[in-house]
Amino acid sequence: MAEAGADQSHGHHMDPATEYSSSKLGMWLFLGTEILLFGGLFAAYAIFHARYPEMFFEQHLELNRTMGAINTCVLIFSSLTMAMGVSAIKWGKQKTAATFILITIVCGIIFGVVKYFEYSAKFEHHIYPDTSIFFSLYFLMTGLHMIHVFIGLALLAVIFVLTLKGKFNAKYNTPIELGGLYWHLVDLIWIYLFPLLYLVG
Amino acid sequence: MTWIPEVASNLASKVDGVLFVITVLSLIFFLLITAILIIFAVKYRRKRDNEETPYITGSEPLEIIWTVIPSILLIALFVYGFVVYKEMRNPPADAVDITVTGKQWLWTFDYYNGKKTLNELYVEQNIPVRMVMISDDVLHSFFIPGFRVKQDVLPGRYVQLWFTPTKIGTFDIFCAEYCGTGHSVMLGKVNVLSPEAYDIWEHGLPGGQGQAVASLPPAELGEKIYKEKGCNACHSIDGSTLVGPSFKGVFGHTVELADGSKVEADENYIRESILEPQAKIVKGFQPVMPSFKGILSDEEVTAVIAYIKTLK
Amino acid sequence: MANHSIAHNVYVPFLEKKGFLSWILTTDHKRIGILYLVSISLFFLIAGFIALLMRFELLTPASDFVDPHTYNVLFTLHGSIMVFFFIVPGLAASFGNFLIPLMIGARDVAFPKLNIASYWIYLLGTAILLFALLKPADTGWTFYTPYSATTNTDVVLLTFGVFVLGFSSILTGLNFIVTTHKMRAPGMTWHRLPLFIWASYATAVLQLLATPVVGITLLLLITERTLGVGFFDPAKGGDPILFQNFFWFYSHPAVYIMIIPAMGVISEIIPVFSRKPIFGYKAIAYSSLGIAFISFLVWAHHMFTSGISETAAMIFSFLTFLVAIPTAIKVFNWTATLYRGSIQLHSAMLYALGFIFLFTIGGLTGVFLGALAADIHLHDTYFVVAHMHYVMIGGTVMGFFGALHFWYPKWFGKMFNETVAKIAWFFVFVGFNVTFFPQFFLGIQGMPRRYASYPAEFESLMALSTYGSWILAFGILIMAVNLISGLISGEKAPENPYNSLSLEWQMPSPPPHENFEEIPQVTDWTYGYGKKKELEV
Repeated sequence: MAEAGADQSHGHHMDPATEYSSSKLGMWLFLGTEILLFGGLFAAYAIFHARYPEMFFEQHLELNRTMGAINTCVLIFSSLTMAMGVSAIKWGKQKTAATFILITIVCGIIFGVVKYFEYSAKFEHHIYPDTSIFFSLYFLMTGLHMIHVFIGLALLAVIFVLTLKGKFNAKYNTPIELGGLYWHLVDLIWIYLFPLLYLVG
Repeated sequence: MTWIPEVASNLASKVDGVLFVITVLSLIFFLLITAILIIFAVKYRRKRDNEETPYITGSEPLEIIWTVIPSILLIALFVYGFVVYKEMRNPPADAVDITVTGKQWLWTFDYYNGKKTLNELYVEQNIPVRMVMISDDVLHSFFIPGFRVKQDVLPGRYVQLWFTPTKIGTFDIFCAEYCGTGHSVMLGKVNVLSPEAYDIWEHGLPGGQGQAVASLPPAELGEKIYKEKGCNACHSIDGSTLVGPSFKGVFGHTVELADGSKVEADENYIRESILEPQAKIVKGFQPVMPSFKGILSDEEVTAVIAYIKTLK
Repeated sequence: MANHSIAHNVYVPFLEKKGFLSWILTTDHKRIGILYLVSISLFFLIAGFIALLMRFELLTPASDFVDPHTYNVLFTLHGSIMVFFFIVPGLAASFGNFLIPLMIGARDVAFPKLNIASYWIYLLGTAILLFALLKPADTGWTFYTPYSATTNTDVVLLTFGVFVLGFSSILTGLNFIVTTHKMRAPGMTWHRLPLFIWASYATAVLQLLATPVVGITLLLLITERTLGVGFFDPAKGGDPILFQNFFWFYSHPAVYIMIIPAMGVISEIIPVFSRKPIFGYKAIAYSSLGIAFISFLVWAHHMFTSGISETAAMIFSFLTFLVAIPTAIKVFNWTATLYRGSIQLHSAMLYALGFIFLFTIGGLTGVFLGALAADIHLHDTYFVVAHMHYVMIGGTVMGFFGALHFWYPKWFGKMFNETVAKIAWFFVFVGFNVTFFPQFFLGIQGMPRRYASYPAEFESLMALSTYGSWILAFGILIMAVNLISGLISGEKAPENPYNSLSLEWQMPSPPPHENFEEIPQVTDWTYGYGKKKELEV
């Protein structure tokens, strides 16, 4: 995120290097605001966990750890494939990149399907967002995360199509990299959510 | 009208001290800045185009001076404000407890002696009082300007404030935290009584303050109660709909209830509505009215009914 | 300062293209600035009109002009529209958009498409606001729980509208930060940047850091009403004070989002009309960042009577006093800039001087509210109302009007009638003080805010305040008519009517498409007025 040298000329139609570094700076700033958005929920979690430790302990047992763990593995794996996709396009390998992006998308969908079964199981047991503070947090945190997964999937789908069309190459691949950053954020947030909700209680 | 309410509690003069010191310091700074602004604007006004001006970009000594001096003054003000605040927050051990319940849009006071009053608080001169406060619904804020005390009243949690009233008289109680439609009529009075008068209010002479107004004709007494006990927060007398149905023209008319049944608004219906408000809910309104059982005497209920009858 | 690099034979003013689509699909930062300028001005007038209705109701103690519920709706709309639709986007989105690329020597912002997308999001927010008016909320612009969670008015739509606006704010701030980092012309080092850029930068940082938090807070309030979540509801184990903590964690920095751009404007106007370099450039530049930083640590000073602990109150009171220091430094430096200047009382300069005068009152009365013991008495009274309006109108709006008069020739290529502008200033200045100065006394006497009716003892001061609002409205009306008629029939503006040294004045008025034919080479700072041989005192 180093600032551009002041002695270098740039304008509306920026030179590729500046455009790349600008986009990256912009994306990092945006990811920062995303973390702050979740930060409000994490703060609420910390406050209520300190206030009602027993409730958090008892109720977190009702969450399905196995499903949570599977989803964690799926997401971590998808982050890996995403990173491989990014490095593939940097080598100019369009088809390999597209394949990795597709695997990432499939992982995201698997995550969504598992989450769907988890939510349905909760509803069957008459557990809703208004059941308790803990489940409010559970549904809001995982729900907001789920929205981010969907947004990420939509972005990746567009990027996948564009990659297939050969829009990206070793020189120009900023959208793939930015999409990858976003997907890593989605993964990162889940890595915090999983232990906080499923394990620590 | 004076610029600040008269000092009526032990804390008031201390708060006024803080206000006074800040006012003086602020005035000095304000007059200084304003004077310099005006002097500069006049003295250095442009007399002709292309006037020569000096190239002055700053002065480190000046920056340091006008950073350090205000900092010292500000920190002194902070300490002064905090010291007084700390005293305002910590009631003496011998303070008398009064429980306050805020509810849209009235104050009820429960005294250690078992008495209960509505919107009218009775305290004894020179006896420290600790108000233990809670809200039945939303946020309120208990504010007595004459005493310089204020505390938000929260649902689900007790908060406190304290004061020692020093001046005999009647002072305003305001709700200072916005609480809905009736916020601006959630008003009360605090009556600071001399030890003798307080003794009479506490023990003797049944009726207490009721006696003073007993000589009024019933409808006029009813009107007084309507205003003082907070009925006006929810019930209009001009036919407009507030939180509750208007009193205008209600007497003798048929009222449709929430369950669809109809009932005639006679004396007994109104009496029941005052003492057991949840028994019959008028269609289109919420069951939110508190009971006035134990707050209004039979005589006072009769007076209110008489007043409602006059509202054709 | 810079070489004049516009080749006049290819000059195409940015306003040349006509038609609705050329506006709504534009990516030109100057046009987007106008879109914001028109939108926020409209909301300013609407919310100002609502304020007139409120003041009219308060002319007499009884609640006679409108019923209490309507009054509560009015102050909710007045506050929400003024804060979220006018003053938060305000100077940053309108003048920020127009000026940042011009001042740093760039052809546009870093992400022009994102820029217009931010405006569309703003429009979406305003559309939601219109639907929210069907059953308007009566919570006050602060949306305090539990009232906001229980009232049967439409809180969800209004807060959702504000939530959407938050995205617009975040994306605009992000765009400006990247622009300032990456798009500065060669030679435009950080310490040569105009102070308006420093101010916009500090504002953008605040927008990025604070807005997501209010976003999640309002989202939680919405789930409280729709899904039955109970974070703020004591009956469900929640805590209403938590809402206030969350809300003010954003909304106090937001106060500085509103005021810092105006400070930047003042730092531009005063040197030009004094023919003097700005006094204490670095002090002013870094105090903006200092304010931005401390503003995140003072939120609970809105809650001294809410039931927070003594220790918390102590810490927040102390930090609140700290934030007064960088603010005071700015006032001193602006005043010192006038020293031995050649002062021209142009209408923009009058607004700038008015700003210093009124903002000083706003700042000093803030000291009353920061002092714990005094705040207990003054909190939630008209004293707060007056203080806030001295900062927001006396500060931000004066800065906004100053900016309008100052950059008007550059932006629109036309001149307005300067005499009429001065007359309008006079009525605005007098009207404002007559409206709000009595409110300090009302507050000290204990008059609580948000009262639809009030005890008779306050009547004379309340009536005075209402009369003042009419004078103020009259002044704004003259100003609006003057500026609009200038657009229609004003003389053509010269390139640089005030002999400013800043980059944006070194090009035709209005600026051409893409601003610069060639990116200028910057060799000096913006404030090189005066004779250089007399160096620093």
